Amino acid sequence: MSAREEILARVREALGAPEPVTDSLAPTGTRGAGSPDLGDGRRSYRTASGLDEDALVELLIDRLVDYKARVEVVGPDALAEAIRARLEGKRFVVPEGLPSEWLDPSLAAAAVRDSRKAPIAVDRLDELDAVVTSSAVSIAETGTIVLDGSPDQGRRAISLVPDHHVCVVPVETIVGIVPEGFARLDPTRPLTLISGPSATSDIELERVEGVHGPRTLDVIIVR
Amino acid sequence: MTAVSLGMPALPPRGFGNISATEPFPKAAHRELGNGQLRANLGHATHTIRDKRLRVVSELPDWEALRDAGSAIKTEAMSRLPELLTQFEEQFTARGGTVHWARDAAEANRIVEGLIRETGSSEVVKVKSMATQEIGLNEYLEERGISAIETDLAELIVQLGHDKPSHILVPAIHKNRTEIRDIFLKEMPGVDRSLTDEPRRLAMAARAHLRRKFLSAKVAISGANFGIAETGTLGVVESEGNGRMCLTLPETLITVMGIEKVLPRAQDLEVFMQLLPRSSTGERMNPYTSLWTGATPGDGPQNVHVVLLDNGRTRALADRHGRGALHCIRCSACMNVCPVYERTGGHAYGSTYPGPIGAILSPLLTGVEAEENSSLPYASSLCGACFDACPVKINIPEILVYLRGEDVEAKHGRGPASSGADGKSNGRRRALPTQMDVALGAASWALSSGDRLGLLEKGLPVARALAGRDGKISRLPGLAAGWTQSRDVPAPPSESFRSWWKKRAAPGEGDGAARGGAE
Repeated sequence: MSAREEILARVREALGAPEPVTDSLAPTGTRGAGSPDLGDGRRSYRTASGLDEDALVELLIDRLVDYKARVEVVGPDALAEAIRARLEGKRFVVPEGLPSEWLDPSLAAAAVRDSRKAPIAVDRLDELDAVVTSSAVSIAETGTIVLDGSPDQGRRAISLVPDHHVCVVPVETIVGIVPEGFARLDPTRPLTLISGPSATSDIELERVEGVHGPRTLDVIIVR
Repeated sequence: MTAVSLGMPALPPRGFGNISATEPFPKAAHRELGNGQLRANLGHATHTIRDKRLRVVSELPDWEALRDAGSAIKTEAMSRLPELLTQFEEQFTARGGTVHWARDAAEANRIVEGLIRETGSSEVVKVKSMATQEIGLNEYLEERGISAIETDLAELIVQLGHDKPSHILVPAIHKNRTEIRDIFLKEMPGVDRSLTDEPRRLAMAARAHLRRKFLSAKVAISGANFGIAETGTLGVVESEGNGRMCLTLPETLITVMGIEKVLPRAQDLEVFMQLLPRSSTGERMNPYTSLWTGATPGDGPQNVHVVLLDNGRTRALADRHGRGALHCIRCSACMNVCPVYERTGGHAYGSTYPGPIGAILSPLLTGVEAEENSSLPYASSLCGACFDACPVKINIPEILVYLRGEDVEAKHGRGPASSGADGKSNGRRRALPTQMDVALGAASWALSSGDRLGLLEKGLPVARALAGRDGKISRLPGLAAGWTQSRDVPAPPSESFRSWWKKRAAPGEGDGAARGGAE
């Protein structure tokens, strides 16, 4: 018997007569027979925050600042200037799908462009100072920004190797809580959830920001 | 009286690897308790995380509802495991990954070695993983000329210090900053000799040390916090970015995942990504979480494998009173609140899985009679703090008590061959009666009859002779010596209550308690 067959046989035997719970989070009454009593309303946790845009932005900023990220809120017209100010004098990479109007003409020529078809080698990325990306979803309550590998966010390597990540958060991508965030994401895309710059608390539980991931995280909220 | 002769199915095979205590817990704990530095480090660390956890948990108005959902999802996942594992395999394979199955630690190690050999590489970078620690992968590869480099800061400290992890989340929790600096100075090639013990300086030294390894690594090995059956997605929850480095830059990625880590739906992540970070590090969210599904063309590793590991998990699953231990999401909240762990530290448990969860998980994976694991269910005061802290509501105290019963059955079982709580014979041999059996037998004889008890009570004045001038007995013989090792026993009274009562009680004077209660 192959390991696969044997393990599956062991599992079936261990479970005995199968009476599977078909969907533990289905509304009460629609569960399959034989499911354990899990109480009423298993999805009784919050699935929406009900916060308005002002509150969402305020909460997200509070959380990001707590993580020692630098945060700025700008109007669409001021975005290119805000990015320029962050990148002046730096060598940086951008994903091929980054909207061209986000880069000030003085910067556009200097940008190293990366794509899945023409990826920049890791050693070359390591020589660059910064990266600019957009983002897919941000979760205010936890201060989490999610990248999903879309063309305006690029390959995972470009937002990882350079030491400074400038991340643009369009206001319409901000949600209140974690379930709202996952509802907007496609789990089969390569997803990276980022909550502040990298950190460790491995030495006497003392938090040190900035280990292997980008040590500086700049968030620019566009609204 | 074997399982076979009764026509009952045999229990699934036990797990092997770093999940067995090599000496009884009391002995190991006694040694660890002598280390004052360890106790100071542990006390500071566990209290710090404990306070942080309480703070962020109290922020969520629906924390209890999330715990209920987490527990329900895990119960569902276990009950549908065969179906979910095959669905996971189908999805992971359809998206360009390869699935391997390993019955035990040895088979998993062989599979991983084979996959590394195929790449021609002799060095791999590793993301912190409980599963690979459990199977002893690093030691196995090292013996075969493949160096596995731990990239999590704490795991690196443990690896460079030729030490063992003592905590699931903070494996070097038993070392303080000065000890860590000394390890780096001694073991880290090319380290700056002026290194101080400031945590930031130490973290930056690790960054510099590992940077070249990350950028040049061809093969990475990881564990997984979750595997989603619906989509074939794997997830790693981390803080430092070493995980992202390993999961993104190398060409080959090999993930070792226990079969119990599978979740039915992608939506279930919305529950566990709230429960895990808050319970684990006491943060609203951990800095980085990576989710990947097979291979993504042009982005990240293209040669992607997962090894699905049994190693005793089916044995634990077969135990209907113990299977809840498989719901564990390895957050470590239980050890941070445990009064026993806080004092003994993780090494005393002798297993990859320390603390309250380890005290049930290790014996369930190996069988309670294996090696010294039978002492682990006693490594608890049954205070219940672990149950309250557990984000998926594993009733650890109840399973501890159940396993103590199993241990007693295995060692001192009476009558026909002892049986598991599911009624199946476990085919254990009965051992010779111990002092405890004899003492309990005698107590049962005496206490079951008033006459016998009365007769024995006449011997009380004799026992008084054992007491010292302070009216205390400080040393009892035989088995009872364990009790008096750290306690005195008051001398017995000169007369028993029953005999005193008989002498004084006149009719109508026996209702004092009832009067008191009416006031």
